[in-house]
Amino acid sequence: MNSLLQAETGGLPINDVLFVVTPYVVLALFFTMTIWRYVKEKFSYSSYSSQFLENSYQFWGSVPWHYGILSLLAGHLIAFALPRELLWWNSVPARLYIIELSALIFAVVTLIGLVNLIIRRAIDSRIRAVTSKMDVIILLLLLAQVGTGIWVALTARWGSSWFAAVVTPYLYSLFTFSPDASAVVNLPWSIKLHILGAYLIFAVFPFTRLVHVLVVPNHYLWRRTQVVMWNKRKAQGAEQ
Amino acid sequence: MNVRSQVSMVFHLDKCIGCHTCSIACKNIWTDRKGTEYMWFNNVETKPGTGYPTQWEDQSKYRGGWEVSGSRLRLKSTGKARIITNIFHNPHLPTMDDYYEPWTYKYEDLFNAPAGTDQPTALPISKVTGEYIDIKAGPNWDDDLSGSPIYAANDPNLKNVTEEQRQQLQAIERLVFFYFPRICNHCLNPACVASCPSGALYKRGEDGIVLINQKRCRAWRSCVAACPYKKTYYNWSTGKSEKCLLCYPRLETGQAPACFHSCVGRIRYLGVLLYDADKIEDIAKLPPEKLVEGQRDLILDPNDPAVIEAARKSGVHESVIESAQRSPIYQFVKVWKIALPPHIEYRTLPMLYYVPPLLPVLGSSANNIYENGTNAEAIFHPFDETRVPISYLASLFTVGDEAKMRYVLRKLMAVRTFKRAETVGDIPMAVALEALKLADTTEAEAEEIYRMTALPTFAQRFVIPPMHREEAIEAFKDPQDHKRAAGFGFMDAPKRGL
Ligand code: SF4
Ligand code: SF4
Repeated sequence: MNSLLQAETGGLPINDVLFVVTPYVVLALFFTMTIWRYVKEKFSYSSYSSQFLENSYQFWGSVPWHYGILSLLAGHLIAFALPRELLWWNSVPARLYIIELSALIFAVVTLIGLVNLIIRRAIDSRIRAVTSKMDVIILLLLLAQVGTGIWVALTARWGSSWFAAVVTPYLYSLFTFSPDASAVVNLPWSIKLHILGAYLIFAVFPFTRLVHVLVVPNHYLWRRTQVVMWNKRKAQGAEQ
Repeated sequence: MNVRSQVSMVFHLDKCIGCHTCSIACKNIWTDRKGTEYMWFNNVETKPGTGYPTQWEDQSKYRGGWEVSGSRLRLKSTGKARIITNIFHNPHLPTMDDYYEPWTYKYEDLFNAPAGTDQPTALPISKVTGEYIDIKAGPNWDDDLSGSPIYAANDPNLKNVTEEQRQQLQAIERLVFFYFPRICNHCLNPACVASCPSGALYKRGEDGIVLINQKRCRAWRSCVAACPYKKTYYNWSTGKSEKCLLCYPRLETGQAPACFHSCVGRIRYLGVLLYDADKIEDIAKLPPEKLVEGQRDLILDPNDPAVIEAARKSGVHESVIESAQRSPIYQFVKVWKIALPPHIEYRTLPMLYYVPPLLPVLGSSANNIYENGTNAEAIFHPFDETRVPISYLASLFTVGDEAKMRYVLRKLMAVRTFKRAETVGDIPMAVALEALKLADTTEAEAEEIYRMTALPTFAQRFVIPPMHREEAIEAFKDPQDHKRAAGFGFMDAPKRGL
């Protein structure tokens, strides 16, 4: 709140625009546009897999990329949702090293996957034929994001701890509508770039193939095996 | 008893002339858009041959269909347990190279080429990349045995054929083939439906047509890998899978599907079968040697009062029961027992049946004369020195059981002998009647089979049940009003991305 008041009195400092105004604009954009796309352009919700066109290089891109990025996102989520527990875990150095090292390994795996995906898209003519502008933009943004992430991991040590201590309170302040960016603005530029990169990705997310993340088929695990639809009766599972 | 109705099909392979009219009829209606060029919801293969996509029957490569593990039935490649690993990279997914890369020709070069001493040519270009390509495969590349040492020799159905028979298949004076038209089988236990992580595929309750909801498909590609017949196709442009829809908009207006309607050989029959949905899983789990009978047992007699009663209770419309009673499919499959499901060992319970081809089987001769035989045993004798080994046909239609294949071929042969005795008269009638008896059939049945094979009218071949789609909309709309409206489904253009 302090910083906002300051903003009212002394014009808009750049940090407030970047770390207070931007996230709200991005969130609003993210929600309205994904929902709009789901309602109005449902046909376009797809992962646009290109494995059918190129099968072998795809393995070395898609598989490390997905496992890597999902692990990294899970790590960020844990630091956001369970900061106390994480700090407790990290209080023993050996345990901190384990977390930091595995995060770095996952980051490298992610980078390898992503670079492979980019190279594949560049060199295979069939894949080029199904590459849109948005595909290029999002791939470059993701590359930059993974890049800054690794830069942060290497330069600003013990991220799992300071994330829980500094970034988590900042994110909480955003979600509780009492934004306080004071701690974040003093962080090194590598981290600030990483945060801004995340906002940018969230902003373009609804316009890219990334929307497939929102329709992951978790339902499959508990639905009945066969699907039968009736004219009048409600959809019902068949005999399995 | 949970009675359901299924629009089912019979293809009479002896009548197929391999003209591909069916494929073209389908393509012109459904798959002439970008991303679908390589798809043939209906394709016609030459057998022996590797088919389309190449070697689709080789499930050690594609892992399609179901397998029994313990007391459970599970998908070979894409079950629930493997969803996470398969979704990022499906190791059993066929790629475009297993089908073929669609192409066109650079026709404008014919007009734009500068004047010169050579004829200008239109070189082939890929419909995917637009670049020049060297055409190496097509949808019926091994048509009529072209390139058979490369293609036909790799037919997975030849695995039970002896080396000697294989040699004979290659011998030029004994060369033999038949056509095998294929569409989606609209299975009772569809592997495609079961494998879809998004639940985009479904079977329609009233008629059993298997469809893909284009708005729910997310390009996870599971159905393409799971269907053992490779009858779902991935649209590489829209990022959605597509498949044969049995021309449901045509069926709903009382017309036969385009491939059926246009079939030049009139090999195609369509009608309703009633079956007991409670038994699907038990039948699909039967040991391989019981599958053919099992699937036949699943089908109920539409004239049995108990079945009619149960069908009414299960909500099958009166008009559909009546249609099932006139179904040519019921006659072929259940009464005459001469139509068999393809590769039932995949355990999807396909609802498209084939009358196996007799012609190439009988294309053998003694003393350079085609012998018809003068006694009943001799009539069946050629089966043992056939050009197409019985084991080959058995691998396609009876899980390798030659006795079951012999039963069907004998009956077909007996009918032919009987009609020949009657119309040509060069075979004594007594011999023909003896043949009928040996083939487990009667004069009356032989006459019926003959009529349905050789002389059926359009209305006898296609007994299309009323689809009662008005019931789907009457809650929101007066069906009478709707009747005046045009069009169906697909409100969004099939474009890629936003
Ligand atoms: S043939 Fe394949 S696509 Fe058609 S219903 Fe059976 S499993 Fe599904
Ligand atoms: S149109 Fe009929 S006869 Fe011609 S290839 Fe197709 S199924 Fe065979």
